[in-house]
Amino acid sequence: MDIIKGRQTQILTKGEGPDKIACEKKSLAGSVSQRACAFCGARVVLYPIADALHLIHGPVGCAAYTWDIRGALSSGPQIHRLSFTTDLKEKEVVFGGEAKLYGALTYLIEKYHPKAAFVYSTCIVGIIGDDVEAICRKVGKEKGIDVFPVMSEGFNGTKKDGYKIACSTLSRLVGTNNDFTPSKPSINILGDFNLAGEFWILSDYYRKMGVDIISCLTGDGRVDEIRKAHKAALNVVQCSGSMMHLAKDMKEKYNIPFMKVSYFGIEDMSEALYEVARFFKSGEMMDNARQLVRDELQQLLPALQQYRVKLEGKKAAIYVGGAFKAISLVKALRLIGIKTVVVGSQTGNADDYKLLKDLCDEGTIIVDDSNPNELSGFVQLTGADLFIGGVKERPIAYKLGLGFCDHNHERKEALAGYEGMLNLCLCL
Amino acid sequence: MRPAWGKHRFQRDKCCVPIIHGSQGCATYIRRYLISHYKEPIDIASSNFSEAATIFGGSDNCLLAIENVISQYKPEVVALASTCLSETIGDDMGLFISNFKQATERKKLPHFVMASTPSYQGSHIDGFHEAVSAVVRAYAEEGLATNKINLFPGFVSTEDLRQLKEIFFHFEAEYILLPDYSETLDNPVWDTYMRIPEGGTTIEEIKGAGSAKASIELGTILNKGSLSGRVKNNGLSLSGAGYLGKKFNIKKYSTPLPIGVNLTDKYFSCISEITGKAMPEKYSRERGRLIDAYADGHKYIFGKKAVVYGEEDFVIALSAFLDEIGIAVVLAATGGESNLFEEEVKKYCPENRGAMEVRNVFDFEQIHEWCKKNETDILIGNSKGYYISRELDIPMVRVGFPVHDRLGGQRIKHLSYAGTQELFDKIVNTLIEYKQAHSPVGYSYM
Repeated sequence: MDIIKGRQTQILTKGEGPDKIACEKKSLAGSVSQRACAFCGARVVLYPIADALHLIHGPVGCAAYTWDIRGALSSGPQIHRLSFTTDLKEKEVVFGGEAKLYGALTYLIEKYHPKAAFVYSTCIVGIIGDDVEAICRKVGKEKGIDVFPVMSEGFNGTKKDGYKIACSTLSRLVGTNNDFTPSKPSINILGDFNLAGEFWILSDYYRKMGVDIISCLTGDGRVDEIRKAHKAALNVVQCSGSMMHLAKDMKEKYNIPFMKVSYFGIEDMSEALYEVARFFKSGEMMDNARQLVRDELQQLLPALQQYRVKLEGKKAAIYVGGAFKAISLVKALRLIGIKTVVVGSQTGNADDYKLLKDLCDEGTIIVDDSNPNELSGFVQLTGADLFIGGVKERPIAYKLGLGFCDHNHERKEALAGYEGMLNLCLCL
Repeated sequence: MRPAWGKHRFQRDKCCVPIIHGSQGCATYIRRYLISHYKEPIDIASSNFSEAATIFGGSDNCLLAIENVISQYKPEVVALASTCLSETIGDDMGLFISNFKQATERKKLPHFVMASTPSYQGSHIDGFHEAVSAVVRAYAEEGLATNKINLFPGFVSTEDLRQLKEIFFHFEAEYILLPDYSETLDNPVWDTYMRIPEGGTTIEEIKGAGSAKASIELGTILNKGSLSGRVKNNGLSLSGAGYLGKKFNIKKYSTPLPIGVNLTDKYFSCISEITGKAMPEKYSRERGRLIDAYADGHKYIFGKKAVVYGEEDFVIALSAFLDEIGIAVVLAATGGESNLFEEEVKKYCPENRGAMEVRNVFDFEQIHEWCKKNETDILIGNSKGYYISRELDIPMVRVGFPVHDRLGGQRIKHLSYAGTQELFDKIVNTLIEYKQAHSPVGYSYM
């Protein structure tokens, strides 16, 4: 199989060749990367904050393509599902877009009364040099709400750099309400986006354990909850690729410890609950967690058996955004007898890939920032029976007659938690 | 948000791989948007701008992207489209291509085509026509006159393209379809993975466009008109057929998209005039059946009020059809900005033009607000209007592009008598279903 020059080091077969994989690089020009840009990274992380206004300062395309693209559910307001844009035209590119931004922001705030506003800079704004920060400050003062510039010009790094940009923005919002004292042991959930209501499943588990959740960043997110997030005792971080930056920042500023967890698959899900109980050193919490896991597994394991019978011995390919998710999936698949033969991610780091490598069987192909040609080649090379991926991987699988499971932004079935494990099997 | 999503979409020539010269997201988002409609693998490369490229120019990225696309895909054509980023920093893609040709050690090089498609100029449909026109400008050649007809179908569904080809087949007329993505964006299932899907118009065929007998372009606005702020350049903003007329003196027939009896008649009479042949029997029978259906269905739809939205030429044709069957188009809306829309749409709606509101540069929220204030019986347009339909309980018929929340968006038939027949049945049945579902009596006859 021919791999384009410059990509070889980002591919690894366990047990053969080099030990380490190159990652966290910019995508190679012309490779048809499955990644998007820095703007995309920032946009998808902040997107689920439901009572904020999200205004994209740029041409209409950047807003149209990100309109309602995440299945991030809200239990209340739905402003986040509208993708507002300043619709920059050639005139503004020449003469500047600040006046249009000011007008749009003012109009939208008056019309929708959001709790805060995020203004995303796109490529063109970075070039023409609009002072977005100043306009945000001005409108914020006039309208009496927080207006945050998100400096997410598309060329400003990879999708992962966009996550960091979003985290820096969130960091400005966290800690703006000091009048709150939590009454119970409490945590923040970082890196869950409430796709298909997954956060609701998780918060239910933690509540049963006796743990309060102050805020979720950013699934079913609310501006006022994020303001007091710094009052939590612990940050529980999933999708570490996107939220680690904020977790570290909060550790530094507010001395809040964090832990990395995953909610996919039985092992990782249970561990995510036990870890929290261990952190609070509470026997009662641990007992509650054990009881919860026992109850859930009593229902789940017999239900899984019927799928295991059908799925045992199948081979799977996984290509997802974050590597931590991939790690959980490998474990979850193993539980039902499926062997992972190809696994990769858009944004994994060296530690993630080391974990993946240790976890996988000999001969498994591990890949960073892949493209359709490679993925289709790997699938055929390894004889994979099914594929777990997103929108852009789906047609590759279907064209080749492979089973496919959507593990993407717009999924409608929850895949986290115990319930999610069952859904995953059903899907497979 | 505008009803029109931004910018470019390179037409699929045979064995063509597009490169978008800009940030990674510009390529990935378009892929995602198109894949969600066509349910096909769609590979679009990016030159992946970094901050350094933004400051010092994107030449290196562009050259590397071209090299990597050639080595991966071995395409016959590499098509480059610019973005707001590359246009504004002043990158000269033409120069990059010629530098690439000079520096490369490759003996066999693909053809190159490029289109200027910054997102801040016009909407996706302007980018579409610009790309079509760019291909024709690059390859059409003078030659011995043939009997072929150049057909510029505009942005229609893959099923529509197949229908248009079939009409030529039954006329026994030769044609050059520009563009033809009927197969490339709607391939059958594969045994082995194809890096470039099969189908499309060949460069040889496109060369022949310069010696054809006539050109037909579907749509009367295309990329004409006053795009806000666009620097006027007549050479650039000519449509494909317009260019061929000017350059090679090929007679141009401009007619709206053939939806409805009147407009389809117009289209068939163009072909008849060029070929000197009468309408094949197959189509006169389809036409007859359609008119028969109009009579059967008229009492369920007469006087209903429709809101229609989408690309200008598409809305014009749909409105003409609705006007012809007795549905009043109360709002015709588009994100387009040619300023020709109102005049054109009213021209083809003789029955209800007086009561019709026509809006250009109109977005979904404006349609939403409008529908709250005005009585509307049915929404007709792409799937992005679904939230309005859901919130205000207005039945909706999905047509055009994109259809992201249903299967088979690419196979929706809109054109010719047969396509109109399907649209007509769908509209009538949607209105009947709505009435039935909201009726206290579960009646079982119409």
